[in-house]
Amino acid sequence: MATLGHYLIVSGLLFTIGFAGVMLRRSIIIIFMSLELMLNAANLSLVAFSRFRVAPDGLPNYNAHVFVFFIITVAAAEVAVGLAIIVALYRARQTTHVEDISSLKF
Amino acid sequence: MFAALMLVFGAAVVLNRNPVASALSLVLSFLGLAALFMSLDAYFIGIIQVLVYAGAVMVLFLFIIMLLDIRAEERRKLNVVAVVGGGAVALALFVQICLVVGQLRGADETAPALPAGAADDVRQVGLLLFGSYNLPFQVIAVLVLVATIGVIVLSKRELR
Repeated sequence: MATLGHYLIVSGLLFTIGFAGVMLRRSIIIIFMSLELMLNAANLSLVAFSRFRVAPDGLPNYNAHVFVFFIITVAAAEVAVGLAIIVALYRARQTTHVEDISSLKF
Repeated sequence: MFAALMLVFGAAVVLNRNPVASALSLVLSFLGLAALFMSLDAYFIGIIQVLVYAGAVMVLFLFIIMLLDIRAEERRKLNVVAVVGGGAVALALFVQICLVVGQLRGADETAPALPAGAADDVRQVGLLLFGSYNLPFQVIAVLVLVATIGVIVLSKRELR
């Protein structure tokens, strides 16, 4: 039987995969996908806590579901804006490689 | 099993050299995550996950990858320090998470059984969303409008 700890470990592992993607990959699109993975790992732990820490009436804590709903909405808006920025960047520089975009680098 | 599916394809997102293969792995990873949500009795969230991520977000990603015609990353000289450092930081993060979960009170308890006929989570979420969370809901609507306008402004030919 799956326990709360199992769900949290899976969520942590997914977050770590996303984090490693952001740290290791140099393509801006892959970095963006890894960001999505990290957001979803946070969602998974929220839903797991809502299911395992039930309210006094025995139902899951639905506030977490509303919170996850808001996170998904914001993430979708963020993806749309981010990809538009990537397209604008590609038009200006003809690259999606983060090492080629270093004008602001110290 | 769905957790394993999700993690394998999540790793495939990071490890694949071809961006299209990465994006398709991301779809499968999100489908596994939606199945995990359903196993936690969060049917509404699971369905939203499939609709929004596996549907809308993935189409956007694939559209951009194909629009920009990004080929598989040619093998560049890997920055060894960055790879080792990044891997070490990610590993340290995971160890830290494991330690925190190990100390968490009640981390080894199984899910309490729901009362009979309690599977109407769409109704409960809807009541909360249009009741106590009505104002944040409206703010989110404004945010989506602002994002739409922002995307249109960004995609215009010249940013003058």
